[in-house]
Amino acid sequence: MAATEITLEVARYRPGVDSEPVLQSYQVPLREHWAILDGLTYVKDHLDGTLSFRWSCRMGICGSCGMTVNGEPQLSCATFLTDYAPGPIRVEPLHNFPVVRDLVVDIDDFMTKLPKVKPWVIREVQSPIEEGEYLQTPEEMDECQQFSMCINCMLCYSACPVYSLEPDFLGPAAIALAQRYNLDSRDEGADERRDVLSSPEGIWACTFVGECSAVCPKGVDPAGAIQRYKLTAATQSIKELLMPRSLIPRSKG
Amino acid sequence: MNRRRSPEPLLWMLFSSGGMVAALMVPILLFLFGIVFPLGLLSTPSHAHLYAVLHNPLTRLVLFGLCALALFHWAHRFRYTLYDGLQLKRYAVPIVVLCYGGAVVGCVIAAGLLLTV
Amino acid sequence: MSVYQRPVHLFWWLERRAYVLFVLRELSSVFVAWFVVFLLLLVNAISDGAASYQRFLDWSGQWWMVAINVLAMLFVLLHVVTWFGLAPRAMAIKVRGSRVPAKQIVAAHYLAWLVLSAAVAWLVVR
Repeated sequence: MAATEITLEVARYRPGVDSEPVLQSYQVPLREHWAILDGLTYVKDHLDGTLSFRWSCRMGICGSCGMTVNGEPQLSCATFLTDYAPGPIRVEPLHNFPVVRDLVVDIDDFMTKLPKVKPWVIREVQSPIEEGEYLQTPEEMDECQQFSMCINCMLCYSACPVYSLEPDFLGPAAIALAQRYNLDSRDEGADERRDVLSSPEGIWACTFVGECSAVCPKGVDPAGAIQRYKLTAATQSIKELLMPRSLIPRSKG
Repeated sequence: MNRRRSPEPLLWMLFSSGGMVAALMVPILLFLFGIVFPLGLLSTPSHAHLYAVLHNPLTRLVLFGLCALALFHWAHRFRYTLYDGLQLKRYAVPIVVLCYGGAVVGCVIAAGLLLTV
Repeated sequence: MSVYQRPVHLFWWLERRAYVLFVLRELSSVFVAWFVVFLLLLVNAISDGAASYQRFLDWSGQWWMVAINVLAMLFVLLHVVTWFGLAPRAMAIKVRGSRVPAKQIVAAHYLAWLVLSAAVAWLVVR
């Protein structure tokens, strides 16, 4: 007979009480369509109301339920209990972030870094609203669409060893989102983003470990975005060394 | 911002060109001179032949490019390996001197050897 | 507010297989540098004359030198495979308006590698 239950080993951390997280085991029903998040909800509803974790949409869009499942950064809503049967499954908070309580991490660092790269369409002159939207062909949209799929779940930060060693590193998602706008045909802000991106805490700190892309649930490939921007930034710097700045045409991405 | 003074873009360019030439050229040369000839899998080329090949200015230019770029490739990668792999970023200054300084010294030696063939 | 910060171990790269592979990939650069030393010694020996060249051959034929070079070869091949594999992600090449597929970029790299290797081998052993 197939097992009807599976064990979740959940990292518990109570601020001011625990000095470090301790694993606590819970038996939850092993149902075919249950994700880790459903298991945790079961724990909170039926076994232990003090367990804290973040979630919202339950369908891989909001990016709030990132956790470390058996050592791998995962969206807990998109990771299924049956894939880990017979268990046990170890559920810990995302690595590389300060733990506030249980599975809840402090994301302030990312929230401070994100606006630095100005992740929005920048225009030198805003056209009046009456003129309508800035149009774009499907081919132009293709250029940046992959990078626009990011849901800010921060699994990439959790997988990035450079970020764990160098907390000032701008990080995969922020740089990929900057590239998303740099490569957008409607955007004219690549120059404004360059100082932040091309700083030692920006692209140059990245050593292309590539794990950010491996764990991305949306196929964004932040590592690829960073390498592409390195090539762009290096080519631009070398051109500037060789000729006066005013002569260089603005480049896309 | 002082981004235009930052050497990182140039160092990265040297690193990546070095990675490319190393990937393209090193395996065959290392395979022939490091493994095939020492093990006698093929008969060793005569001194006269290699001397003639080496005497060609084009050969020397290519070899110098290979040595210089490959050394800068090593310098850059090794620097970051020490920073991250062994968490030695606090010794950034001596590491930078060791790595890029080593590459520059290597380039000078390579130039000296290849010019006096 | 007291938060828990997970410590980073000195050997953090043993935590995941991908990290180990990454560190090995980065260490391949040491063997690239070793190759430059080996090549320059060869160049020096050739330019010093036939006797010196023979001494180099004897030296490079010792078992421990062959062992070092076999190890170096493995690391250099790791460099080749990883370098060519990552290349299409760093470059977005367009031909007549459409992106060249990653596989074709990788294939082009290997093709260039084979052609160059054949040319070098021909030049050396001809």
